[in-house]
Amino acid sequence: MKPFNSWMIGNGNQESLAGRHRKGKAWRNLFVSSLVIGVLSLVVLLFSIVDQTMGWIVVEYKNQPSELSLQPLEALNQDELVGILQDNVTARRFKALNQAIPFTDRSTEDILDLITEEVLQPSVVMSYRLSMGIFNREEMLADAAERYPDAELKFHLWIKPEFLNRPMSSNPLFAGIRPALLGSLFLILITIGFAFPIGIGAAIYLEEYADQRVWFNRVIQANIENLAGVPSIVYGILGLAIFVRALGGITSGSFVGIEGGNGRTILSAGLTMGLLVLPVMIVNAREAIRAVPQSLRLASYGLGATRWQTIWHHVLPSAISGILTGTILTISRAIGETAPLIVVGAATYLTSDPTGPFSKFTALPILIYNWTTRPQEAFRNIAATAILVLLIVLLTLNAAAILLRNRLQNRI
Amino acid sequence: MMEREHTMALEVREMDFYYGSFRAVKNVNLDIEPRKITAIIGPSGCGKSTVIRCFNRMNDLIPGTRLTGEVLFHGQNIYATDVDPVQIRRLIGMVFQKPNPFPKSIYENVAWGARINGFTGNMDDLVEESLSQAALWDEVKDSLSKSALALSGGQQQRLCIARALAVKPEIILMDEPCSALDPIATLKIEDLMRELSVHYTIIIVTHNMQQAARASDYTAFFTMDTTDRAGLLVEYGETNQIFTNPKDQRTEDYITGRFG
Repeated sequence: MKPFNSWMIGNGNQESLAGRHRKGKAWRNLFVSSLVIGVLSLVVLLFSIVDQTMGWIVVEYKNQPSELSLQPLEALNQDELVGILQDNVTARRFKALNQAIPFTDRSTEDILDLITEEVLQPSVVMSYRLSMGIFNREEMLADAAERYPDAELKFHLWIKPEFLNRPMSSNPLFAGIRPALLGSLFLILITIGFAFPIGIGAAIYLEEYADQRVWFNRVIQANIENLAGVPSIVYGILGLAIFVRALGGITSGSFVGIEGGNGRTILSAGLTMGLLVLPVMIVNAREAIRAVPQSLRLASYGLGATRWQTIWHHVLPSAISGILTGTILTISRAIGETAPLIVVGAATYLTSDPTGPFSKFTALPILIYNWTTRPQEAFRNIAATAILVLLIVLLTLNAAAILLRNRLQNRI
Repeated sequence: MMEREHTMALEVREMDFYYGSFRAVKNVNLDIEPRKITAIIGPSGCGKSTVIRCFNRMNDLIPGTRLTGEVLFHGQNIYATDVDPVQIRRLIGMVFQKPNPFPKSIYENVAWGARINGFTGNMDDLVEESLSQAALWDEVKDSLSKSALALSGGQQQRLCIARALAVKPEIILMDEPCSALDPIATLKIEDLMRELSVHYTIIIVTHNMQQAARASDYTAFFTMDTTDRAGLLVEYGETNQIFTNPKDQRTEDYITGRFG
């Protein structure tokens, strides 16, 4: 029997319907597999990061706890602990510690931490990943017993609240990211403060005022789009030349009376980062402004509104959610940017917090880069932990962007 | 601007309009009667919408357009160099083809135009008055703070009319205001136009000949010149005369459906 639609299939040189469906399915499978590849690589990335943020470590002490006291240290009272501390550090160091915070004001845990840091001086000689400790426990135990028969093997959580609140240190056990985290946040504030108003202003001009028929405006627009693709290192070099060198008098803060600094400050880095994101910001904001329906503008003009009233009351409120989404996505790219910061002169080792726009600085990506280049295994653990913190900051920013956008869209 | 000897609402003299180098409309001479409804009809592409947008300088917003000739409003050419188009658009309001309320509350839609034009009186009264004039008050009086986008198409279009009325214009231009509406909403708008014509001059572009015949006092028939594709005014007169006894063969062909 001929199929009922044989007249549609007609002469034999047309593809059969089953063949066309097969082709469609093949494409669909291709798309699904690309999604699977993407998701898989993301999972592997996250796993390998989280895997290193906790695990088993082998610790060796410079001074064994058993040499300090017959009882376990935890069982001693505060006065005894202070006594131990006094016996085992130099008199000058003891005085300095007392001056920072008097021992009478410190808690017992705090003094225990001090003893650990100043007297015991533990160092991580070997670090095993979480997955190794779980799935290859026997192998790990055998390895540790063979290579470090005297040392202690214990579980250690690298990601912990103190990690956020400690300055950098040459000992991974006591290292934290506070100066870098604050530096990154400071940097982003300056970047937004610089790039957001300028980016929106330029986008408004290009979309609402500039005459597209003038060749000059078209050249500018094409070039802004090209600038968005310039490698970030080039912006770093530009920032070095302009903000660090040429405008060093301003960016070092010497014009407000801060002496002895140079242009390698947070301000220089923030402005450089601002330049870097500016083209992307402009392109994003223009897209958002262009998406505002023309009928809205006509309605406004038809009531006798001026151009600025139309922009301020109708175009910007309609575009703002798109502009903000674009901005936050741009900012989250900037927060992970490393190359321009190295060129502009981020400090690789900094134990003091940034205090203002004219202070020296470091940033999370710099710190991560620095830590990954160290030979000791444990630095890789804290680098992974810092990466996790960076990812959490990014996710928070993106979540904030989504919330903000939904809020503004639902306003009416 | 107030000169009493000009009794017409708008006087169009020798008006040509260009998009770039293309002449879209040529040699229009037209006197719009005050407080009447004037319909502009004609086949697609004859420049009806272009002509109506010339009456409140809406075409200024399109780059590369140019107008020669004069459009007199109270005896003054609205295209004179010292005239601000923003002022003209307040006095000559416009309702568009597709309802385009602002994405704000119903109240704000009406109040906004008055506010930006410096209205200092009682805004609540103005909103109620404008919505009542647009025959929408009874339907929305309990939901003034709701989004205007939640209204039906016909209600939205009446809201757009109320919005235009709130800035106290003298003339209301309507560019195919019913083309996106169903027949019942269309009839409501037509009734409304009739009521508004007591106080306002209304000019309406329509592609619907029945609508022009039903709702207007005067009709202008435009067509496209076959040689240079420019729109031109063929015949202008009382609606009754245009539809029952057209003087021009082209008008007769169009209204009897032989063409267009």
